[in-house]
Amino acid sequence: MAVTNPKPDPLAARLAGLAMPDGGAWVQDARKGALDRLTVQGLPGRRDEYWQFTRPDSLNAPDPDAAGVFDAGGEAPVYGEIDRLKVVFVDGIFSAEESDPLALAGIEIERLAQAAASDIHWAQGLYGVLEERGQTPVARPFAALNTAFAGDGVVIRVTGKAAKPVNLIYRHENETSDALLHHVVKLEPGADLTLLENGPAAARFNKVMEVEVGDGAAFHHVRTQGRDHERQAVTHVFARLGAEAVFKSFTLTVNGLLTRNECVVELTGDDAVAHIAGAAMGDASACAFHHDDTVFVTHDAERCESRQVFKKVLRNGAVGTFQGKILVKQGAQKTDGYQKSQALLLDEDATFLAKPELEIYADDVICSHGSTSGAIDEEAMFYLRSRGVPEVLATDLLVLAFLADTIAEIEAPDIADDITSRLDAWLQRRRG
Amino acid sequence: MLKINNLHVKLEEEEKQILKGVDLEVPAGAVHAIMGPNGSGKSTLSYVLSGRDGYEVTEGGATLDGEDLLEMEPEERAAAGVFLAFQYPVEIPGVGNMTFLRTALNAQRKARGQEELSAADFLKLIREKAKALKIDADMLKRPVNVGFSGGEKKRNEILQMAMLEPKMCILDETDSGLDVDAMKLVSEGVNALRDEGRAFLVITHYQRLLDHIKPDVVHIMADGRIVKSGGPELALEVEHNGYADILAEQV
Repeated sequence: MAVTNPKPDPLAARLAGLAMPDGGAWVQDARKGALDRLTVQGLPGRRDEYWQFTRPDSLNAPDPDAAGVFDAGGEAPVYGEIDRLKVVFVDGIFSAEESDPLALAGIEIERLAQAAASDIHWAQGLYGVLEERGQTPVARPFAALNTAFAGDGVVIRVTGKAAKPVNLIYRHENETSDALLHHVVKLEPGADLTLLENGPAAARFNKVMEVEVGDGAAFHHVRTQGRDHERQAVTHVFARLGAEAVFKSFTLTVNGLLTRNECVVELTGDDAVAHIAGAAMGDASACAFHHDDTVFVTHDAERCESRQVFKKVLRNGAVGTFQGKILVKQGAQKTDGYQKSQALLLDEDATFLAKPELEIYADDVICSHGSTSGAIDEEAMFYLRSRGVPEVLATDLLVLAFLADTIAEIEAPDIADDITSRLDAWLQRRRG
Repeated sequence: MLKINNLHVKLEEEEKQILKGVDLEVPAGAVHAIMGPNGSGKSTLSYVLSGRDGYEVTEGGATLDGEDLLEMEPEERAAAGVFLAFQYPVEIPGVGNMTFLRTALNAQRKARGQEELSAADFLKLIREKAKALKIDADMLKRPVNVGFSGGEKKRNEILQMAMLEPKMCILDETDSGLDVDAMKLVSEGVNALRDEGRAFLVITHYQRLLDHIKPDVVHIMADGRIVKSGGPELALEVEHNGYADILAEQV
């Protein structure tokens, strides 16, 4: 009798090298639940509509592709001028030596591992909970995988106004590191926190952040990814907003073989505000560049406002994708939903793929979306050159101008300035 | 300073000859005006001299102080001293007026091997120049020409000219869209820049501007050529009789 080889199971292969970390009963329940979800979902495949623009193969693979450690050439760290609480992870492992003491007025902050070891913990109400809510109507297997297997991260409970921003810094030292980080942030009513993130993290990086923004609380999130070239990253932010809560998230991405940033926001209290913005810049001449922004905003309360502003500057074969959805549930009257995704294609080899979506079940709402891609404005280019600005410099000026209204979404002027000057410096370095 | 010799220009995209043999010489210190009916090629001449894409020189040439202008990139022409005040200044959202001017000025200085101007020196200089043109601090901070009125845009052109100190200034219908007061302000700005090392080529439809910016020579352009040249009185003649008489003389 002929024996047919059973079809290899990619999920089993992917999970073979992973072990569920230790922890209290609550966290183990959450992890097992996530593993069950993942088992039902399976890994994303090429026929998955949600992955139509981005190939998940390298994220599905049992082992990560090696990624060279990026040498920033001694340039000043991002947010270097900003007084902040530094929390450092090296290849996905918390580094106590490099971090500031985990103490700050207005917040309680501890390692996930520590929280997970407790029998009872406030994080129980959020860990894997917002992630699970975000699994419908679209499956997000890498988030489930993260909940099941992430052993490190921070849990932050914000009780008042945080005395200064918390900065999660991700350092990459090991060329084959495969990092999973899971953060949980809970803002009590009226609380206020600015969370900064930066750094290359790992060769392959899977990060989930669950954020509960209580009534009247404000959460500001500013993240930079880059300039490491060979990074493969999939990140998820799951946020749930109470009444009059404010959630603002901005991401700057420069370089990266593969980056998929998913942001899933649920507006559950009346008059809540969510702004999600992203600026990405890619040049695939030395190393491929693929950047994917996937956003899902659900309006489930009255008079809420959501804004998505995503811009990409692409050249030399770089690929940018955007999938953005606004779902307005029945009863979410007076919703104000806005979505903009634009790409500046600096040459004919760059690609931008976009899928803007609106799904509306309330009858008194304002929702708009616009998606464009185009080249540099020739009139503006000639004007600049006629004043003596060389073409390369003029291009960079117009690139900065193009990205400016994403950076304008950052509320704190010092952080916005830091991001602008960073971008300017990176462009300058590129010009040589 | 500027020498244009038998310049023939056609559109790159189509077989349409626009300039059909322009000869013109503007010496240092002089102000020459070009007048002419619509479609005579005046704006094309200004674009070709400043290096805009879309035109093809089929014959002849143009030099600035003996250097072949047409071989240079637009930014090289600017660094060599050519300045075009646009008929329709371009709006550039996201680029601050100050950033734009400082970048332009320093790029030109760098190209000429001069040291870049410090932020403080630049600020001092631009405040002084802006004041004379009644350009306030808010206009300097706003993005280039965005939300500017017609008059503000033209004043901004003259501010750029004052900052960049070019030696060959080409003004393309700088009077269009200006009211009497704005025209006076702009003209004063231009007159303040007149000196023996600098030449002007003023393109206009109307004699009115030339009441304020007094030309040494007036040229009439028609169908891609300079058909008549003379003193300031030629502009008055056009104002009174239109172009018909002059054009009829040519037949």
